[in-house]
Amino acid sequence: MINLNIDGKYVKVPKGATILDAAKQLGIEIPTLCHLDLHDLGVVNKAASCRICVVEVKGRRNLAPACATPVTEGMEVHTNTMRVLNARKTVLELLLSDHPKDCLTCAKSGQCDLQDLAERFCLRENRYEGGAQSTYKKDVSPAIARDMDKCIMCRRCETMCNDVQTVGALSGVNRGFNAVVAPAFDMPLEESVCTFCGQCVAVCPTGALVERDYSWQVIEAIADPDKVVVVQTAPAVRAALGECFGMEPGTLVTGKMASALRQMGFNYVFDTDFAADLTIMEEGAELLDRITRFLSGDKSVRLPILTSCCPAWVKFFEHQYPDLLDVPSTAKSPQQMFGAIAKNYLAEKLGIPREKLVVVSVMPCLAKKYECARPEFAVNGNPDVDISITTRELAHLIKRANIDFMSLPEGDFDSPLGESTGAAVIFGTTGGVIEAATRTAVEWLTGKPLDDVNFTALRGLEGCREAKLKVGDLELHIGIAHELGNARKLLDSIRAGTVEPFHAIEIMACPGGCIGGGGQPYHHGEMEIIRKRAQAIYREDEGKTRRKSHENPDIIKLYEEYLGKPLGEKSHHLLHTHYFKRHKI
Amino acid sequence: MSGCCDGNVERYKELQAYIDGLPDKKGRLIGVLHKAQGIFGYLPREVQEFIAGALGLSVAKVYGVVKFYSFFTMVPKGKFPISVCLGTACYVRGADDIVSEVEKILGITVGQVTPDGLFSLDTLRCVGACGLAPVMIVAGRVFGRMKPSDVEGIIAEYRAKAGDSEKDKACEGVCCHG
Repeated sequence: MINLNIDGKYVKVPKGATILDAAKQLGIEIPTLCHLDLHDLGVVNKAASCRICVVEVKGRRNLAPACATPVTEGMEVHTNTMRVLNARKTVLELLLSDHPKDCLTCAKSGQCDLQDLAERFCLRENRYEGGAQSTYKKDVSPAIARDMDKCIMCRRCETMCNDVQTVGALSGVNRGFNAVVAPAFDMPLEESVCTFCGQCVAVCPTGALVERDYSWQVIEAIADPDKVVVVQTAPAVRAALGECFGMEPGTLVTGKMASALRQMGFNYVFDTDFAADLTIMEEGAELLDRITRFLSGDKSVRLPILTSCCPAWVKFFEHQYPDLLDVPSTAKSPQQMFGAIAKNYLAEKLGIPREKLVVVSVMPCLAKKYECARPEFAVNGNPDVDISITTRELAHLIKRANIDFMSLPEGDFDSPLGESTGAAVIFGTTGGVIEAATRTAVEWLTGKPLDDVNFTALRGLEGCREAKLKVGDLELHIGIAHELGNARKLLDSIRAGTVEPFHAIEIMACPGGCIGGGGQPYHHGEMEIIRKRAQAIYREDEGKTRRKSHENPDIIKLYEEYLGKPLGEKSHHLLHTHYFKRHKI
Repeated sequence: MSGCCDGNVERYKELQAYIDGLPDKKGRLIGVLHKAQGIFGYLPREVQEFIAGALGLSVAKVYGVVKFYSFFTMVPKGKFPISVCLGTACYVRGADDIVSEVEKILGITVGQVTPDGLFSLDTLRCVGACGLAPVMIVAGRVFGRMKPSDVEGIIAEYRAKAGDSEKDKACEGVCCHG
């Protein structure tokens, strides 16, 4: 342990800790901007490029960046001397001298770390006003909008894209005032290797990277008397939406959310959870089919089966593993299954053409915006899912509609696409999809009801996990990875044959799964928020009377009335998809 | 790789051989880019993609490094690259007037190449010949104590050289140089 003194207080911290860590332990909050530490997920950005965290260290000539300076025995640190405050003010003034001052119309306003700092430092004028301003072209993809004039070169997005996700879409280019973070050859993000996971957006401290906002299109659709507008909400949304209204992280707002959507004027308030149960029917059947064929000696079977619910993960393997396109499950994601069922089964039931039906999805995700725009998910140019908005956009819509969210009654979803089980809810967290699939697959394999539906071995927040489950004579070997870098590690080890063969692997692109998605309320580096959302998801599961997808009565009815059986002809047509080879730039 | 098929095969082979000869591929990007620019004369997109693949790096990373260092260029240089030093000593002795003069005579700006491919113009920072300031370098040859009025003559000299080598080419295989 190392002893040091910060602002007159003594503290003991482990060797290797930074001044910032030590100060935190004392309750001294040194401001940071480029720094990002999601320690439990192995995400640390230590660029030390912004210099807002500088402190005075006795005996050191220059100021030290607290985020990147390791503590030493007997160190004496001052975090709030005039010299320090003056340096911070200068840093801030210089940053703002090359930053557009359009806070009033900026998508990040109110959530912007730079704006918060300007406020905290009471900046009322800028000595460096009128300095050079970069004018980089704006880049708008279906999911992410880049405005590099607002970039402060903190490199957090690069850390997420290159180190954590190993996607490699972004890099710092050029120098000085022309320096920006951009894809190779300054190509639009849409043409690059980007997966639209949105983790760059989740950590961007300013408005340089934001989601493409479709909330106005939702307002227009609802206002159109010729349209029937239905909404589906992903499982992770209900565990985070409350944060936008000042509620504690981990507060479940399922009922209030349903009420809010109804008040906003949606004709039907449905649930993506319904489609998650449907996904398990198809993916579970596929898993079972591959395993039984494998066990009976069919050498052509590709195992492990990889989940395909996450559109960022799908785009990732299309770019990075084009030789493995036949390995993932062919099942569409819940969002797209919902869209296909709504535009066919529901439209038929309502007696309207699919063009009259508008399907809106509320997702914790930015890649879902891209996914619903993929051409294979449209019929004659009419997409199965018309508009995908994030948890954040929904919160804005609720506020714009003058709805007092906190006082809303507990509403419910509509029938028939609103009923769901606990298995569907846990899709929102890492390990959840495979646990849901296991609940169903094991019962189908053994023909006996489960004693305990809680497969706790599959839960947790570790990046790469594995578990072995005894099912009759078979030992199911299951792998789980969240964050694409961990997925890559797992896939590479399978390719190299250094791990025992798996039967099934679940992959989610975002830290913690969808609860940590790029469309969720900003966590500002607070890991505890993601943990609390996961707990909320499991609470919702436990509170459900039915916790196995194949016991969802409306799913059973859907198969009886419409689909036939899992992997049947109609299912194949509506609920399964195929993948494309994509370039690696 | 499209670049491989347009008569560049030998160049890619040479680059690949250089990369294969590296004891360790980690931390070698700048050296490889340097080598590649030596082979190709510049670093077009295809070459960067090739290097990214060979070193196991993202293309964005390679591009980022190319765009950071002013030495690296994605534009082919002229047959006689011209560099004017804008280091402190050269600058205070009027190097910017030299740049303007070159721009005026060649009709290009810094970073461009003449349409005939003969000359390209770049600026650089200090070549360590401050005693000769201001300094201009043409195709590796250093011209010191430059005055704007010197520029025209030097360019004419290289133009004539280019003409000669064209003539050489024309006589190739016919004989002449007796």
